[in-house]
Amino acid sequence: MLFRAKSGHPGGSLSAVDAIVALYFHHMNHNPHKPDDPNRDRFILSKGHAAPALYAVLAECGYFDVKELKNLREINCMLQGHPVCKNIPGVEASTGSLGHGLSFASGTALAGKLDKRNYKVYVMLGDGETDEGQIWEAASAASHYKLDNLTGLLDRNFLQIDGHTEDVLRLESVRERWSSFGWNVVEIDGHDISQIIDALNKTNGHRKQPSMIILNTVKGKGVSFMENNVDFHGVPPNELEYKLAMRELDALQRKLEVAQ
Amino acid sequence: MSKEMVNPRNAYGETLVKLGKKLPNLVVLDADLSKSTKTIIFAKKYPQRFFEMGIAEANMISTAAGLASCGKIVFASTFAVFATGRVYDQVRMDVAYSNANVKIFATHGGISVGKDGASHQMIEDIALMRVLPNMKVFAPSDATQTQRIVECMAKEYGPMYARVGRASAPLIYKMGELKDLKIGKGIQIKSGEDVSIIACGTMVDYSIDARELLLKEGIKTRVIDMHTIKPIDKNLIIKCAKETNAIITLEEHSIIGGLGSAVSEILAENKCSCGFKRMGIQDIFCESGEPNELFAKYGLSTNHIVKTTKKLLAA
Repeated sequence: MLFRAKSGHPGGSLSAVDAIVALYFHHMNHNPHKPDDPNRDRFILSKGHAAPALYAVLAECGYFDVKELKNLREINCMLQGHPVCKNIPGVEASTGSLGHGLSFASGTALAGKLDKRNYKVYVMLGDGETDEGQIWEAASAASHYKLDNLTGLLDRNFLQIDGHTEDVLRLESVRERWSSFGWNVVEIDGHDISQIIDALNKTNGHRKQPSMIILNTVKGKGVSFMENNVDFHGVPPNELEYKLAMRELDALQRKLEVAQ
Repeated sequence: MSKEMVNPRNAYGETLVKLGKKLPNLVVLDADLSKSTKTIIFAKKYPQRFFEMGIAEANMISTAAGLASCGKIVFASTFAVFATGRVYDQVRMDVAYSNANVKIFATHGGISVGKDGASHQMIEDIALMRVLPNMKVFAPSDATQTQRIVECMAKEYGPMYARVGRASAPLIYKMGELKDLKIGKGIQIKSGEDVSIIACGTMVDYSIDARELLLKEGIKTRVIDMHTIKPIDKNLIIKCAKETNAIITLEEHSIIGGLGSAVSEILAENKCSCGFKRMGIQDIFCESGEPNELFAKYGLSTNHIVKTTKKLLAA
């Protein structure tokens, strides 16, 4: 998708995609044929630059034709560079300006409480994104309103555009930060699907507090030369890199098929 | 004859209560200013549907959008300076771009905030909101009109912004009037064929007073209450341009980007050759003081309106 589009954010999409897959294929109550069902679980991609990961999952689920994916970022096409609600089936919130998604998710969780609906709200944040002050406004509010129907997923890949998160603007201790704001905090391997599913199930049962799942991830996961390489934050692969990446991913897929 | 004074903020709070009874999906948010914005009136009546968001306006606006995505009609209130400039990105992304059913109702707009000074005197809000696609913008002129505008905001889908001042304002319309008020349709409240004053918000009453003074000097002034700044009433502006010799716009806002700009855009693009002058705050920050002192110093008193009108007609 990004190779075709000649722009976009591969690193943060690859670190995020496993958790998004786990949510849509193994956890959330959702129906691609009823994207407006008021009882659906909601997923908000606050780190909107990982749009390719969300779009790919939504297409695989059947929210729209998989063929649309090749038109990412093209003029007169549906899939915008960053997610837009209203125009793209399954996209809940328009994101791309960092720091908004947790607040938006809190609003949908508040509405769920008000309407006595049982849906759950999930929101994925980038770790660099939590530099934004609004995140902490929302962290206070979600905790104040005891939004136990809200679960955050923090893509802790330790990299942002200008470098290592701890060099750019120190985030540690991430776990203590969120728990001091009144959140239930869980920390797992963000690329282990069974750990993700297990954590989601556990946080669903947690009461009176919102939950934050810290996903320890690798930026660029799955492509050797992109892994932990900040240069692939917002730069797509060139032709050679694309072929190498696809060879690696195809090999991985064959290995998985054999294992099955 | 002394005028009956009513505070538009109270009209807002009371109208929310009335609407709240009819509309079970109406919710209200505030950022630690509910006593000033008067959303407290709603909060007391419908505590379950009122959300205190604390001094965290950015979170309030994005949360409002989240609530709206679940079918709520959301009113979010704070002072105009915090409701627009402070949260521009949140309004842009989550409200305007997302075409969310969020109604931002701001109080303490303009310089009549007075003694708090320029930090709190919002003179750019209309410009900031007007430039956003999908956004409708209102500046009601009195308590009666505030009530009607708030009713229209709740009834019609989409992102909207309204601002009123801090102070009580003379009633221009009797309570119960304006049943036929429509979004985007200005109101001619006084007739005249020499000059048209197109005003909004607090300045409509000043225009009526100036009209009386001008009449003593034989100048017949038409007064237009342009409560909706976006979408602007193009036909009414062109009509004024054709039927009167000159147009003056008058607003408690910067002359850049607000009502004056909106009217001038219509005039320039429609071959209107009448005289034209924008009155408002010149490209400047004001200062602390009583509202009437500020109006006198910064060019918004009735005397200024009279002088400007005569000068424009003489030109």
